Amino acid sequence: MSIYNPLPILKGLWTTIKSVVEKPVTLQYPEQKRVMPQRFKGRHHLRRYDNGLEKCIGCALCAAACPADAIFVEASENTDEVRYSPGERYASTYEINMMRCIYCGYCEDACPTEAIQLGHDYEMAYTEKRNSIYTREILLDPPPEGQESTPRKVEPGVFNRSIPVMKDAE
Amino acid sequence: MAEQVKENTVTLTIDGVEVAVPQGTLVVDAAKIAGQDIPVFCYHPKMEPVGMCRMCLVDIGYPVKDRNTGEAVLNEDGTPKIQFGRTLVTGCTQVVSEGMVVVGYSEKVQQARKDVLEFFLTSHPLDCPICDKGGECPLQNLTLAYGPGESRFNYDEKKKNLKHVPLGDLIFLDRERCIHCARCTRFQEEIVDDPVIGFYNRGRSLEITTWSEPGFDSYWSGNTTDICPVGALTTADFRFGARPWEMLEVASICRECPVGCNLTLNTRREAKSGGKMVVKRVMPRQNEQVNELWICDKGRFGYHYASADDRLTTPLIRKEGEFIPASWDEALSLAAEKMQAAGSRLVSVAGGQLSNEDYFHIGQLTEHLGGKAVLYSNMMGGDLTTKVGMGPGSNLADLGAGDAILVVASDLEEEAPLYWLRVKQAAERGATLIVANPRATKTDRYAAHIIRYEYGQEAAAILALSLDRIGDSDLADESFKQAAKAFAEAENAVVFFGSEGTGMAQSDALSKACANLLIATGHTGRPNNGLVGVWDKGNVQGGWDMGLQPSATLFDDLKAAKAAYVVGADLAGDNPAYKQALAQAEFVVVQELHHTATMELADVVLPAQSFMEREGTLTSGERRVQRYYPAVPPAGESKADFAITAEIAAMAGKELESVSAGLVFLGIVGKFKDYADLDYQALAEVSEQWPIIGREDLYYGGTGYANHQGLGVLLGTAAGRGEPVLIDGFDLPDTGVDGLLAVPVTRLYDQGNNLRYAAVMFPRIASSYVSLNPADAAGLGESVVVELNGFQVEVALKLDENVPQGIVVVPRSFGLPISAPTPVVVKN
Ligand code: SF4
Ligand code: SF4
Ligand code: FES
Repeated sequence: MSIYNPLPILKGLWTTIKSVVEKPVTLQYPEQKRVMPQRFKGRHHLRRYDNGLEKCIGCALCAAACPADAIFVEASENTDEVRYSPGERYASTYEINMMRCIYCGYCEDACPTEAIQLGHDYEMAYTEKRNSIYTREILLDPPPEGQESTPRKVEPGVFNRSIPVMKDAE
Repeated sequence: MAEQVKENTVTLTIDGVEVAVPQGTLVVDAAKIAGQDIPVFCYHPKMEPVGMCRMCLVDIGYPVKDRNTGEAVLNEDGTPKIQFGRTLVTGCTQVVSEGMVVVGYSEKVQQARKDVLEFFLTSHPLDCPICDKGGECPLQNLTLAYGPGESRFNYDEKKKNLKHVPLGDLIFLDRERCIHCARCTRFQEEIVDDPVIGFYNRGRSLEITTWSEPGFDSYWSGNTTDICPVGALTTADFRFGARPWEMLEVASICRECPVGCNLTLNTRREAKSGGKMVVKRVMPRQNEQVNELWICDKGRFGYHYASADDRLTTPLIRKEGEFIPASWDEALSLAAEKMQAAGSRLVSVAGGQLSNEDYFHIGQLTEHLGGKAVLYSNMMGGDLTTKVGMGPGSNLADLGAGDAILVVASDLEEEAPLYWLRVKQAAERGATLIVANPRATKTDRYAAHIIRYEYGQEAAAILALSLDRIGDSDLADESFKQAAKAFAEAENAVVFFGSEGTGMAQSDALSKACANLLIATGHTGRPNNGLVGVWDKGNVQGGWDMGLQPSATLFDDLKAAKAAYVVGADLAGDNPAYKQALAQAEFVVVQELHHTATMELADVVLPAQSFMEREGTLTSGERRVQRYYPAVPPAGESKADFAITAEIAAMAGKELESVSAGLVFLGIVGKFKDYADLDYQALAEVSEQWPIIGREDLYYGGTGYANHQGLGVLLGTAAGRGEPVLIDGFDLPDTGVDGLLAVPVTRLYDQGNNLRYAAVMFPRIASSYVSLNPADAAGLGESVVVELNGFQVEVALKLDENVPQGIVVVPRSFGLPISAPTPVVVKN
């Protein structure tokens, strides 16, 4: 007749007690939200210059670089009367299908004006399929404090270059 | 023979590849033949080399010969010794020679290419992301392939230039992108002889300007955007429309004139257009026997009608004066019932731009019902071109010294731009060009003989050109005699007859006179000989071939009709007289793309598909049958014309193929002798063409598309088969008129239904006008009232020294009721 060995059960109990006092890993989402690491790639933003003009020039290089074919761009022509971005061309349609996007960030790499950037937002649940299409209105950042939005009327002949001078990375 | 081949070819080595090419070939062309790349910017295979850009620099070596013996000196290993020059040579100006060794892959050459590109980029804006050429740009591609990664030039010293310069209404110039290759200016000068753009200033300030008014006033301007090797010239029509790699390519054929230029339609699905697949631009597709690499601006920019917003999308039935949308079944059975009931009082009118399949079915149905099928054209002679037309093996590019071309009653550039270009080139190769026309046209510039006759005397003038009759004609002066001699003695001869100043009666006499002249001088039944109709609409020849004919009594036919079946023809819009006639017809069925004046008179409207939405075949003025393909899905419930006709036929008790255009074509093949050996496969065949162009060779031929979808087939003629050819006798039309005579002429940019939708072209389309000789215009103001055929129209008056006295030149499709020479009153 064997004697009952309490050791294994105590060992298990110890683990239980230990976890009771440990800080829990569960986040009480949505009340609590995780802080994302700096380089996390979440949903895209279309950025603006400090003066409020849109950076995107509608070149569709992001769409060309996208391995999931998630981006769709259509361009139109700027005038000084109705200006969205510097230079001649802006994106009149800009759509990202979030259901296709794999968050690889290739669009960001391809963009010649650093217009499209992956941000930190990840709350993109939707109940209708068509809501997976993020349009330019959703993606565009609001203009910086005190700056007018786009389109706007500008002084003639000032914003005549599409691509800003960018210094090479050292 | 072998000896001769050897004599005329030269063998050379290009980057290790041995190639034999004809004597006189340029090194860059030889490289293309050998499949090797020697990059070029300013050279274009259709133009003379100028050696301006230095991109084609190569190292060239020649075999060393012993001075005394003339023998080739050999290296120790027995290979011929090659002596290279001290400097690099431009391959585009260098002609090949026997044993030549061309090196493009040496470090020296690669370095030279790098340097040339670095120079080109000193002031280039590098804005490829927003440039319409980006993605199909020779400068971009060659910089990636051969260019330096970095520039030694100071960024801040880049020359800033205007980036948005409209060169006229159709073409934009970006001065910063231009690399001063002069391809555009040389094209305008050398190829189409419209030198309206050119260089201005010097050095880094060199820029392209236009000095015509309106700017860049040429029917050919779009082609410069294809051959500009950078994004300096782009079209206003496509501007920022899409990136080149985003579009699909579909082969098509232009139907704006009888030439039948081969096109590529670039399509894309668009949010802007509500998620529809749309045609974004029309590009030329190479067919060296038809349009080479070029198309005119009407073909390039005039396509918008096919996708216009007001397209008809459902059948309509008129109930109590209103159009009510109906189901196909309802509309078709109503149409079928009325058409069947009409019997011999059914008149079917088929427009001039339908496909052969459509004509075939309209003919079959109308015949079945016992009605009359009419081809809507004001020209006659489509039966003569089947007898004495240009047969298989013909190519206008083969005409040259010793041959003759007669262009009669045609302002050829306005009526069929590519025919004009091909005729001009034949004249430059040495062919004798005879131009017979009552007023001066651009074609005169290349004519060896110019014949002026009075409007209405075109047939008499051609009769007077027959050598055996020249004695009896009171028209024939010295110019006739010389021209007649040149024509009769020519090895090959082709006659182009147009519709300058002619109505149906004049056209009938003229075409017969032309056919007689060809027969009398023995210019029939052989390749590169025969009659070409410069038809007033794109597929008139196809209509004739399918057994349809114009009717001189169309007005009365319609008035008396119990049912009129009008397919793709805006009778009422073209001529108010037809409007009155149609209003009297008891029942009108209109098959159309969009709202037209004719459609307003219909009882049943059947929505048809545009040429972009379906397939079919067209027959050109030279009688080349060519295939076009569907590019975009049909608008709404519209159906192909032949399918609609087939469904009406089914309800009226006649089985016709209603689904596949290819099967309809088999019916054509079975019925018409000239089409006997054809099928859709044969029409889709291609063979090698020179110059080699296409997507891999953008730097060489431009952005025009290579032809992978069919060169078409030239039909045989009765004369070619050796059948006896008889031409009916004809009466010379009466020309006597007291007072002013109005004559119809054709303008390329008219106010017709097609161009009504091409917004970019609006500024280039004249408002309604008539032209008069200044001597006849005494007392008349800038705006006049024209009394024509019982109608009064107010139009602008243009004074033109070229218009003979007593004549009022009235352009067709400008809202003026004219289809034949008519007495006219012009007053203030
Ligand atoms: S986001 Fe950047 S890459 Fe994409 S279209 Fe705009 S400018 Fe071009
Ligand atoms: S506009 Fe284009 S084709 Fe004309 S010179 Fe400049 S680069 Fe050459
Ligand atoms: S110099 Fe030869 S291609 Fe320009």
